[in-house]
Amino acid sequence: MNDLRLLTPLLCLLTPGLAQVSYDRILNASDREPGNWLTYSGNLQGHRYSKLDQINRSNAASIRPLWVYQIDRRDKFETTPLVADNIMYASEPPSNVTAIDTRTGRVLWAYKRPIAEGMPVCCGYVNRGVAMLDEKVFVGTVDGHLVALDSKTGNVIWDTEVAQWKAGYSVTVAPLAFKDKVVVGVAGGEFGVRGFIDAYFASTGKRAWRFWTIPAKGEPGNETWEGESWKTGAATTWTTGAYDPASNTVFWGTGNPGPDWHGDKRKGDNLYSDCVVALDGDSGQRKWHFQFTPHDVHDWDSTQVPVLVDRPFRGQQRKLLLFANRNAFFYVLDRDNGKFLLGKPFAKQTWAKGLDDSGRPIRVPGTSPTKEGVLVYPSVPGATNYFSPSYSPATGLLYVAARDEGALYFTEDKPWEEGKWFLGGRWIFKPGEERHGAVRAIDPETGNIKWEFPMHTAPWAGVLSTAGGVVFGGSDEGHFFALDDSTGKLLWRFLTGGRVLSSPVTFLSEGKQRVAIAAGHDIFVFGIQE
Amino acid sequence: MRIAVATFLFAPVLLYAQAGQRLFLEHCAPCHGAGGHDGFAANLAVPRLPHAPDDKALANLVKNGFPGTDMTPAFGITDNEVRQIVTYVRSLGRAPAQKVPGNARRGEQLYAGKGNCASCHMLRGSGGRQGPDLSEIGARRGVSHLRQSLTDPEAALPHDFLLVHITTAQGRNLTGIRLNEDSFSIQLRDLDGGLHSFSKTSLSAVRKDFGKTTMPSYKSFSAAELDDIVSFLVTLRGDL
Repeated sequence: MNDLRLLTPLLCLLTPGLAQVSYDRILNASDREPGNWLTYSGNLQGHRYSKLDQINRSNAASIRPLWVYQIDRRDKFETTPLVADNIMYASEPPSNVTAIDTRTGRVLWAYKRPIAEGMPVCCGYVNRGVAMLDEKVFVGTVDGHLVALDSKTGNVIWDTEVAQWKAGYSVTVAPLAFKDKVVVGVAGGEFGVRGFIDAYFASTGKRAWRFWTIPAKGEPGNETWEGESWKTGAATTWTTGAYDPASNTVFWGTGNPGPDWHGDKRKGDNLYSDCVVALDGDSGQRKWHFQFTPHDVHDWDSTQVPVLVDRPFRGQQRKLLLFANRNAFFYVLDRDNGKFLLGKPFAKQTWAKGLDDSGRPIRVPGTSPTKEGVLVYPSVPGATNYFSPSYSPATGLLYVAARDEGALYFTEDKPWEEGKWFLGGRWIFKPGEERHGAVRAIDPETGNIKWEFPMHTAPWAGVLSTAGGVVFGGSDEGHFFALDDSTGKLLWRFLTGGRVLSSPVTFLSEGKQRVAIAAGHDIFVFGIQE
Repeated sequence: MRIAVATFLFAPVLLYAQAGQRLFLEHCAPCHGAGGHDGFAANLAVPRLPHAPDDKALANLVKNGFPGTDMTPAFGITDNEVRQIVTYVRSLGRAPAQKVPGNARRGEQLYAGKGNCASCHMLRGSGGRQGPDLSEIGARRGVSHLRQSLTDPEAALPHDFLLVHITTAQGRNLTGIRLNEDSFSIQLRDLDGGLHSFSKTSLSAVRKDFGKTTMPSYKSFSAAELDDIVSFLVTLRGDL
């Protein structure tokens, strides 16, 4: 399992006085130690913002690659690496973790999990990152487990089954660690599983709580599912959420109801699919939910990163939750109660006339899938997807990588069978259409687009903003680039040679700012040329 | 009688391909496109699939995916359905050999002479590059498609031959076939075969002629001449 145990003494030399990644460090990660990247979004609130400013508008043109780490598979590489005390911890497909010296790019240890080929995963053997807490690194696995590794050696400390892969479950999400727990979600919606969010005790791997994203018979919300359809209703949870320490609340997005494109046998709103749910961090009890797309028939998972922001809104200081949704609408919610405050499209959409006062979409008739096919914007990949948005407290803007493309949606009626596709139809991109996208800066006060950086292709890469006035992003064409956070003007770009399907991070190595992105089958680390 | 026999022999293949099309649209089209060539994944509408030289290898790919790549297995389908997909995928890139009216030899003369086809199309290593290489076109396309391409070339254009017109900041105009494009640059082959690469910031205009082609219509050719050219084109099957 661990390739480089002999290097452990070297690791000690590299990290003199290595402090464990305590919860206190994670809690204050973005304020006290921006030189590390200790949790998926940089902070628990989902900002993907850094206070580092060594790389800034004035010198971004001098950014150069410093080292490249290559993986040995051709799967999609979607990881967000974490960085603690000069060591990068990166997950790799299918369910591996590698520790890398940030100064040299050399591998310190590697955890390689044997994964059989041919497992039922909808969208590739992917993994989006690890979590850290104390002396452990946590990774979800394609075969449905959550594994805790020793951060110094990569040795397995515990290995817990989250759900059975044969039923269609997998864990591709980067876990979220807070207090004494590690929270994970599951993928597998395309196989008609029943979704949930789990918390495990970081020390033992024992489950602390589970929140089923589809209420069981007799529970409130179950009535929003027709008959027994709730049992195979999906609502999976495969993108990392956010945590509000002040209220001890976990906020997590949920996936589409199953079957994806055929809603006739699951009539109703299908709670809690396509929601953001607010859960008590200790018990997993639901505090509130907000459903973005009731009775979704377009596969528009709400598995995007919720962004928790305290800021003025309409003249009052408010606790807000910002959410750029796959359905093409940007939402502002009251974080205390889930009340809808604002919603506006941020990408091309043809399915809703708008949102009503409660945030419920006013649907355009004739946009549900049919046997013959119906053209709707956005497409199945949506106006955005798992890749991260970024909120800059300096500009007060939310940056989102947006996709403007349509798809033809078709229905088909097929019964559910365990571990088999349960889609209720099919789709194709709009034939003959060039699919474009953009990085867009959204003003949360109005939902208006302040600027956009147009892209020839629709992106699958998240964004990162920094105190240096820079927004980093990536393209499907393989570019990694830097934009001015106030204007969207291009400051710098680099062609990595592979699709960028991940979200960037930044950190310090030997006191110097670095920016990292997974692209193609590599992790690229950049700095300023000296 | 021969037609009847041919129909009988092809009937199972056709039925397989029809069933395979339905499965293909469900399992494969989201990535490979409805036509097998218009998605973001590998182009399947080609005579040879590099990773699936034979049907057994293709069936294995469909059933088990392509480990280490984005290609996932087509879960929950039977071996018979895998075979149906294989048959359909093969049909995307390979047209069955067909006997057509016309004289292939005269067609070859028309190709090289009156038709001036070689000025734009490559054939066995010689010719122009404005249009698709025709060395295996008889294996890739059926008779009706070939005939339509001659008389109404804009009815079904090859997917990677977009005609673009650019104007540089200095006012220079250029028309060509797009070879590549990203957010910052565009590469094209001009109508004389020259290669160009432009930073988009150096251009004042880029116009894309979707659905247009520089290929002329051969409607003015007689029915017999069209038969001759088509009969020549169907013989172009490479070594397939």
